[in-house]
Amino acid sequence: MRPNDRKYLDSHEWAKLDGDTVLIGITDYAVQKLSNGNDSDLVYCDLPEAGRSLDAGETFGEIESVKAVSDLNSPVAGEVVEVNSTIEEHLEVLSEDPWNKGWLIRVKPTAKSLDHLMDAEAYEEHVAKEG
Amino acid sequence: MKTTPLHDSHEELGAKMVEFAGWHMPVQYGPILDEVKRVRSAAGLFDLSHMGRICVSGPDAVKLVDRVATNHCARIPIGSIRYSLFCREDGGVLDDLLLYRDDEDKVYMVVNAVNCDRDLEWLRQHAGGFDAEVQDLTAEQAMLAVQGPNALDVVTELTEDCELADLGYYKFTFGTVCRLARVRISRTGYTGENGYEVYCPASAAERVWTRLLEAGEKHGLAPIGLGARDVLRLEAGMALYGHELDEDHNPIEAGLGFAVSFREEKGDYIGREALQRIKGARKQRLVGVTTPGPRVPRQGHVLYKGDEQVGTICSGAPSPTLETNVATAFVAIGSDRPGEELDVDFRGKRQPVTVQELPFYSKTRK
Repeated sequence: MRPNDRKYLDSHEWAKLDGDTVLIGITDYAVQKLSNGNDSDLVYCDLPEAGRSLDAGETFGEIESVKAVSDLNSPVAGEVVEVNSTIEEHLEVLSEDPWNKGWLIRVKPTAKSLDHLMDAEAYEEHVAKEG
Repeated sequence: MKTTPLHDSHEELGAKMVEFAGWHMPVQYGPILDEVKRVRSAAGLFDLSHMGRICVSGPDAVKLVDRVATNHCARIPIGSIRYSLFCREDGGVLDDLLLYRDDEDKVYMVVNAVNCDRDLEWLRQHAGGFDAEVQDLTAEQAMLAVQGPNALDVVTELTEDCELADLGYYKFTFGTVCRLARVRISRTGYTGENGYEVYCPASAAERVWTRLLEAGEKHGLAPIGLGARDVLRLEAGMALYGHELDEDHNPIEAGLGFAVSFREEKGDYIGREALQRIKGARKQRLVGVTTPGPRVPRQGHVLYKGDEQVGTICSGAPSPTLETNVATAFVAIGSDRPGEELDVDFRGKRQPVTVQELPFYSKTRK
């Protein structure tokens, strides 16, 4: 079971409350799907600048493997206040630790609720259906 | 989905399998870029049994091929191979393929999996009045490729009755492979390396595949998936149908004029008139671009010179051989000179690219 201290978007991003901000990342399933289990197949991650405002569901960046590109979508509306810039140079962190060190952006949300997102159990079912 | 006779072997080797042109194929056994490096430095083994194999035979076989294909089949010496295309009347490309001249009355073709059914239909549709038979051999034969600097050593281990070392580029022969008589072996490939393609009965495919892997081990041979194959062919500047070629593009602008014959003896063929016209009035040209930036240009991305749209990307990939991101693009004449500095657009973010001639890399040409 994936961590239940956070909520999930059907396009495989997670959102976790951290004080009055929300951390956003992608799930192990997203990484696996893009890299086919080979982290050296990830080639680039494009992240936004701090200060950018996002709508819920808006694409804030892209992640690329040798063969494919995936959008990164924001589970919440708000303003980007911090970007994990180490990811751009160290994509392997995404496969090693997608839940903690692999966070992508920190957002100050317009509403502090994650109730519109899937919980871990619903996300498991969603992945099982897709896989 | 269709499967090749080697499907179980791929799964046993832990390949990641994907759908490609209606076939369930291995995209990779390990990291794609490691597989590319393996082929450039040692040797790789590919299952290409999804590729369409068509035999045209009969007294008018060569005449039929010369009616539908752009290259001049009657001039291909027996035992030689030529690259060719099937075009529509307007010069748009229906497929690109290899023509093997087996005999006076027999031509063997290797076509793209995605177009095989359409090719068969096209050939049969134009066969009226020709005494020739069109046969689909795809299901009964497996097709394997061994590519890389050690390819000759690997294939020689399993081959009797033929001198592979004497076989020239784009020539073929028949030899005994794993005690199977008269196996077609050609010195061809889609990687820019020296290499061989081997066509054996489907029933023997697993035995030949396994023997090649065993005998190839000391030569550094490893199985390679379609992901690496795509990077290798792109580095080698070779077109892939659906990317550099399709019905909206013609072989002249794609730099494939060498495979389009305008000799009088070839006679009229489908697309000849249009291709002749295009030859005198090219609007764009297929070129390579490299970029120092982090993003990989991909199919459909637009190229700009200042505010002017001057081209479109066909294929792109990170190139482990050139250690930079590379792509092919159709670029307007005037912006196509090597060294020309353009920008590729990623949803409003620009990244510089430099035009250069294809191929980026080749051990077989240049």
